[in-house]
Amino acid sequence: MNILIKKFYYGDIPDGASENEKPNTHKLSETSWPLWEVFMRSKQGLDHKHAGSLHAADAQMAIENARDVYTRRQEGISIWVVESKYIHASNPDDSEMFYEPSEDKVYRHPTFYDLPDEVKHM
Amino acid sequence: MSIHDLELAFQDKIDNEIKIEPKDWMPEAYRKTNLRQISQHAHSEIVGMLPEGNWISRAPSLKRKAILIAKVQDEAGHGLYLYAAAETLGMSRDQLVEDLNSGKAKYSSIFNYPTLTWADMGAVGWLVDGAAILNQVMLCRTSYGPYARAMVRICKEESFHQRQGFESLLVLSKGTKEQREMCQDAINRWWWPSLMMFGPKDSESTNSDQSMKWKIKRKTNDELRQNFVDMIAEQIKLLGMTLPDPNLKWNENRKHYDFGEINWEEFWNVVKGNGPCNKQRLAARNKAHDEGAWVRAAAMAYAEKRKNKLKTKAA
Repeated sequence: MNILIKKFYYGDIPDGASENEKPNTHKLSETSWPLWEVFMRSKQGLDHKHAGSLHAADAQMAIENARDVYTRRQEGISIWVVESKYIHASNPDDSEMFYEPSEDKVYRHPTFYDLPDEVKHM
Repeated sequence: MSIHDLELAFQDKIDNEIKIEPKDWMPEAYRKTNLRQISQHAHSEIVGMLPEGNWISRAPSLKRKAILIAKVQDEAGHGLYLYAAAETLGMSRDQLVEDLNSGKAKYSSIFNYPTLTWADMGAVGWLVDGAAILNQVMLCRTSYGPYARAMVRICKEESFHQRQGFESLLVLSKGTKEQREMCQDAINRWWWPSLMMFGPKDSESTNSDQSMKWKIKRKTNDELRQNFVDMIAEQIKLLGMTLPDPNLKWNENRKHYDFGEINWEEFWNVVKGNGPCNKQRLAARNKAHDEGAWVRAAAMAYAEKRKNKLKTKAA
């Protein structure tokens, strides 16, 4: 049997490799649950940190799902959720203009200042 | 900037180990390759729950039942992390699920093999999860940020999967004659499909290796497969069992184990949808999705109703 083998990696099977492929029969007409971003505090005294995202119908369900998805091993003791559409982000295209001005301000760092060794506790 | 300049800047970032994030410019082929790979990975986690879910009600003890439930629950979680990563590349969750259910999208062929005895739960954990972990550890350093972060989380959780599998087989290997036979039988059936998980041989490739250049992947199929064989060939000694390969032998020159040829015809047959359980797995996913439709609709309606109530109160 002559089989043409094309290389692909584990977890990366090319499109159209199946003979049994069926056309999409379902309609995507269902209203889908909105996307939420999840932030978690891992223990008292630390900041909430972005953990990931998930879909849920409302805030309560988002918190409950976040509990199931992100805290199965005591990773968190407090959860914040916010609908992803309310997150505003800086644009990566602007990063030069946005962040570079701080690059040449080395005097903002303590290591910029050369002091004699005799100075203690500073 | 021209496309060419953008591509150069993009490759420069990759070469300097700077991760690519969702809003960054990326070549269309990079987006597509990542989307296909991450979604297949997500589907594999979701379909991967089926062969094990099959044994939850028949686990031999309460301890094993609790372990199996935790493992299956992890896999649901892993699927969700990965779906979320795939969504950052611009495909909706509904479309991703739809592509799995219609048979358009692929998932790892390993889950198209049946789990016939309890010993299969141990063999799946040890061999299948063991093979998956090698791939996943490599992917923790993949170039697309959301994928890498999902993999770090997954790797932290996955190691228990492999350990519980080996431990479960260890118990069987010290049991009655019947239990030992069951253990060996499961290993015999899962060994070759596990090797197939790494995909075709590197030498069969005619395509240029874009995934390596983009650092989506960092090791070839054959490298990962060899790592796996070397690892398992040593571990099986502790079980007092054997691997079903007469050509498996330590090669002192290569400092690796040599092993026999994989049945590639079987491999392609299962990929093409003709494996022992392909139809059953898709049918189970479709059934679950269809039967859950009213729950999804009800949750949405309830959320809508509460929102309106709050609005009326505020007014």
